[in-house]
Amino acid sequence: MNVEQFIFGKLTWNDLPHEWFTIGGTCAFIALGIAFIVLVTYFKRWRWLWNEWLTSTDPKKIGIMYIVVAFLMFLRGGLDAFMIWAQQVLGSGNTFAFLGASHGYLSADHLQQIFTAHGDIMVFFVTMGFLFGLINLIVPLQIGARDLAFPFLNSLGFWLYFAGVVLINMFFVLGGEFAATGWLAVAPLSELQFHPGVGVDYWIWSLQVSGLGTLIGGINFVVTILKMRAPGMSLMRMPMFTWTSLMSMILVISIFPILAMTMALLTMDRFFGMHFFTLDNGGNQMMYWNLIWMWGHPEVYVLIIPAFGIYSEIVSTFAQKKIFGYTSLVIAAAAITILSFSVWLHHFFTMGAGADVNAFFGIMTMFIAIPTGVQVINWLFTMFRGRIKFVTPIYWFFGFISTFTFGGMAGVLMALPPVDYQVHNSLFLVAHFHTMIVGGALFGIFAGFSYWFPKFTGFKLNERLGKYAFWTWLVGFFVSFVPLYILGMMGATRRLDHYDASTGWQPLFFVSLIGVCIIMLAVGLQVLQIIVSIKQRNQNRDITGDPWNGYTLEWATTSPPPFYNYAIIPQVTSRDAFWEMKKYDKQKVLVKYEDIELPKNTPMGIYVAGFVFLFGVAMVFHATLFILIGLFGAIYCVILRTFDDHSEYVLTAIEVEKIENKLRNK
Amino acid sequence: MTTTIALVKQKKTLLETFVNDKVVFGFWVYLMTDLLMFGVLFATYSVLHGNIYNGPGSNELFNLPFALLETMILLTSSFTCGLALLAASKGVKKYVLIWFSITFLLGLAFLGLELSEFTKLVSEGNSWRRSAFLSSFFTLVGTHGMHITVGLLWMGICMIKLWSKDLTENLTRKLMLLSLFWHFLDIIWIFIFTIVYLLGAL
Amino acid sequence: MQYLYCELYTELRRSMIGLLFKIIIFLFVVTDAFLIGKILLVGKNIQILNPKGIIAFQEKDLLLLAISLMLLVVIPVFIWAFYVATKYHANNSKATYAPDWDHSTKLQLFLWGFPSLIIVILCVINWAAAHKLDPHNALPSTVRPITIQVVALQWKWLFIYPEQRIATVNYVEFPDKTPIIFEVTSSDAPMNSFWIPQLGGQIYAMSGMATQTHLMADGPGEYRGSSAEISGAGFAGMTFIAKSTSLKDFNTWVARVKQPSNILNIKEFNVLAKPSEDVPVTYYSSTENNLYTTIVTKYMAHPTIVPRKDHSSGSQQNMQNMQM
Repeated sequence: MNVEQFIFGKLTWNDLPHEWFTIGGTCAFIALGIAFIVLVTYFKRWRWLWNEWLTSTDPKKIGIMYIVVAFLMFLRGGLDAFMIWAQQVLGSGNTFAFLGASHGYLSADHLQQIFTAHGDIMVFFVTMGFLFGLINLIVPLQIGARDLAFPFLNSLGFWLYFAGVVLINMFFVLGGEFAATGWLAVAPLSELQFHPGVGVDYWIWSLQVSGLGTLIGGINFVVTILKMRAPGMSLMRMPMFTWTSLMSMILVISIFPILAMTMALLTMDRFFGMHFFTLDNGGNQMMYWNLIWMWGHPEVYVLIIPAFGIYSEIVSTFAQKKIFGYTSLVIAAAAITILSFSVWLHHFFTMGAGADVNAFFGIMTMFIAIPTGVQVINWLFTMFRGRIKFVTPIYWFFGFISTFTFGGMAGVLMALPPVDYQVHNSLFLVAHFHTMIVGGALFGIFAGFSYWFPKFTGFKLNERLGKYAFWTWLVGFFVSFVPLYILGMMGATRRLDHYDASTGWQPLFFVSLIGVCIIMLAVGLQVLQIIVSIKQRNQNRDITGDPWNGYTLEWATTSPPPFYNYAIIPQVTSRDAFWEMKKYDKQKVLVKYEDIELPKNTPMGIYVAGFVFLFGVAMVFHATLFILIGLFGAIYCVILRTFDDHSEYVLTAIEVEKIENKLRNK
Repeated sequence: MTTTIALVKQKKTLLETFVNDKVVFGFWVYLMTDLLMFGVLFATYSVLHGNIYNGPGSNELFNLPFALLETMILLTSSFTCGLALLAASKGVKKYVLIWFSITFLLGLAFLGLELSEFTKLVSEGNSWRRSAFLSSFFTLVGTHGMHITVGLLWMGICMIKLWSKDLTENLTRKLMLLSLFWHFLDIIWIFIFTIVYLLGAL
Repeated sequence: MQYLYCELYTELRRSMIGLLFKIIIFLFVVTDAFLIGKILLVGKNIQILNPKGIIAFQEKDLLLLAISLMLLVVIPVFIWAFYVATKYHANNSKATYAPDWDHSTKLQLFLWGFPSLIIVILCVINWAAAHKLDPHNALPSTVRPITIQVVALQWKWLFIYPEQRIATVNYVEFPDKTPIIFEVTSSDAPMNSFWIPQLGGQIYAMSGMATQTHLMADGPGEYRGSSAEISGAGFAGMTFIAKSTSLKDFNTWVARVKQPSNILNIKEFNVLAKPSEDVPVTYYSSTENNLYTTIVTKYMAHPTIVPRKDHSSGSQQNMQNMQM
């Protein structure tokens, strides 16, 4: 290994981006970066940004940062989706031959990289990012805690997530290629034999880095919910969103080690010439499938279970009724959590495991439909004999009902192995999981966002634009995905870059493309909604801190809450703690303020994540020098942090009183 | 900051002090995730155990007396680690340092033995590139070895802190976490010894 | 002036929200019903609903049965949702308001019980169907089955006829009303999936392993086949034509292919196995003995097992030691 290889590894000048759309992406990122730097410098906000936001250990700030980054990645993932659709419309024959490619405008390899990136970004960085953001924001408030169990680890977890985000976008800077294997990079396609370039390594390291952050966050949330609830809040008095967050995080800590190890095994194959999943020397490709789906299936429940919690909160609040069948809902959530571990094989019924095995997993898959259905019916019974206020979050809920049921039916259909043999890996499957994730998780996130927005900003969102955005989304969703169900049944496989015109698929792809355009319009409306709401914020101020007449503790604070959440930790005597407080007017009791111990802000999270990021990039390109710098730098920073005995400070009772008085007398 | 001597005066055991401690609980949760990671490696080893692809199998490669020596060293180090924590609960800083040093040396010896076994295998041509079985062996045992290395590094840093400061409650908690980690690695090794070496030699 | 207009507009629309909501839901239901109707009635191109083989036929029946059973739960839920949304609207002051009614054990038992019942029925159907339509099952027929060995290569399909000693690329022909045993593997290629939608479900093609599926065509016809698992840049071009003809026509075709042309020996196979896209239909007039076995055992995890000679019978037992 000569000096150049030691420093730069595989990276050469040839690797820099050179296709027109990649360069387009690079320019867009550079433009965004420059715009950001210019704006912050112009408003002289660098110090503020660093002190108030980037080094913060306050879960509310970290939550908002998660949501901002997730939203940016949502735009990128959406753009990827549009490119996929456009290619599939144009991919039948020579419509765009003059652009060079004889099928559509993208080469097969490029399209494969795009849909791989689309899948990974949407699952890991958008949905998980939004969910971690919401849980950070809401759960401490709901359980009456001031912070998470491990504030520094919370900051570290966010910055590792951000490092993963940057890594997956590094391709636009350092070039090379991205994995062209599908979002799970199945072996043996992802082995060196078929993917000798750096693409799969980008995939591995961006997911390993952010996966580490996710695991840390998961441990943090589980310990917080189990150990830091307000006095009197037993487990069965917790709000539904907290319950579902707990279940989801239990799933996270159970499965992310599996993902980390599976990717590590793939790394061993690619880096050290091992033979876990290779074709030769005894590798077993089926094992990759088993391991990755043992992670993959519970992962989708990680995404959906918190969304169920959000719907529970929304339905209860906007029907002005206590949630119906609380115990039943908790049992259902627990059942889904446990059952999710027993169904992974339904992702590869077609691998020929034999009727007994296939039937077993098919039956277990069908069982999961029961608690899911029970949840939906319980929500509807919550609305029964309630007084439903039709605001944006409730619209999202009904949108969820209409889409998720169809997707769920498709899912139960595919749980029958013989049916699955016909629709596996077809667009029917693609339509199914998009219905579940978009119609279920994403709609839930949008609903939660509109519901809790006033709590963290102090003003409500514009209702009219919210409703427009919702309807546009719903129409766009149906127009996009119903054709995909039909296409799947017409024998259209997923991930195709071109197909013969005689198959008759093109018209349906075109209808679907129109749907995507409608969705993009809807997202534009959502952005517009936020901008207009900010402009109209004085008209929509939330003065009481309880704009919706809510049931749970987070509405007991001001909007936005003080950085310590609660000056006095509330005493909880029943479920729907805040509702009880309001009924018996418990808030008005005068209490004595005490000193509060809070964690200091710290840049260590950024430094450690920065070194880990360097390590990740260096691993992609086998640049030994930077591998060593990254590794030892990260370890050194962690050790430094452990020597820090002064990571907390005390907010005296007098200061607390001052802040409280200012907030209440606004 | 209460010192451990103060705790001793309150006649509390370590367990009683830390039973509701969220850091200790969080560390247990982390240990369970680490266990799951090892679980994946064990499952992989079991599946790939027979994929020797014209290379040597487990019955040809493993030297049981050698593995027994490694096991005894690691078990003893776990014992000395326990003694160190006992000294910590009594607040006797000198003995904490002594017992942890012995644990450290034993751990180092274990690592040395393991590295020598790996080097021997590689020099014979039975490296991890040879077959899926060897890949899974090196990864499983190697990952355990990496954890031992991290544990030793952690132990070294703890000893440095202990040398220069008092034995506070904070530090005692950290020592307790370290010992939990060390015992956990010992348990994993028992499984490795049983599944890889003992069953492999049959 | 603009502000007044906004106010008026908002007022007008606020009162129409409920109505609008109902209209849109109605439109959705109609559109979906229309689409579903279109699929069921007109869908000739919808291959899964337009089966031409006995397996695909049964799979379609299963699909429709499962949908009907699920609709038994889904339709009442939709009706209930619609009813609740309209009747308990905040503006409807006549409806009962019971803010503290949050519990009813009897109701819970029913809510858990009824879906569970439907699911249990579906599970029984699941078990039965999974066993009946297992790809490894031999098809009930008095006609002697024909074996075709399928090899997925980098971006083309190779079909070896062990009894007839011929081979084809991206084209497979077989007699109708005859059970065909497809033995599937992959060579020097990642996982692929062998799929002819109009005849039946797919099965994975994996190197070092041999999977198996049984298909049978009802009558003569030409069907599209493809790979359903991504295997690299050229995978979209991995389509092939599957043709079923009468037994007489099939024999004629075999005789024609046997006219001396290319020979598929190991050397030729290695050339063929190199990555290539959009390969045109090719015929090989003779194949090397035990070619398929050689291909499968090349990547087998336990090469110490002596490979068995090719058999032309469709018994499951023969492939037992080569399956995973």
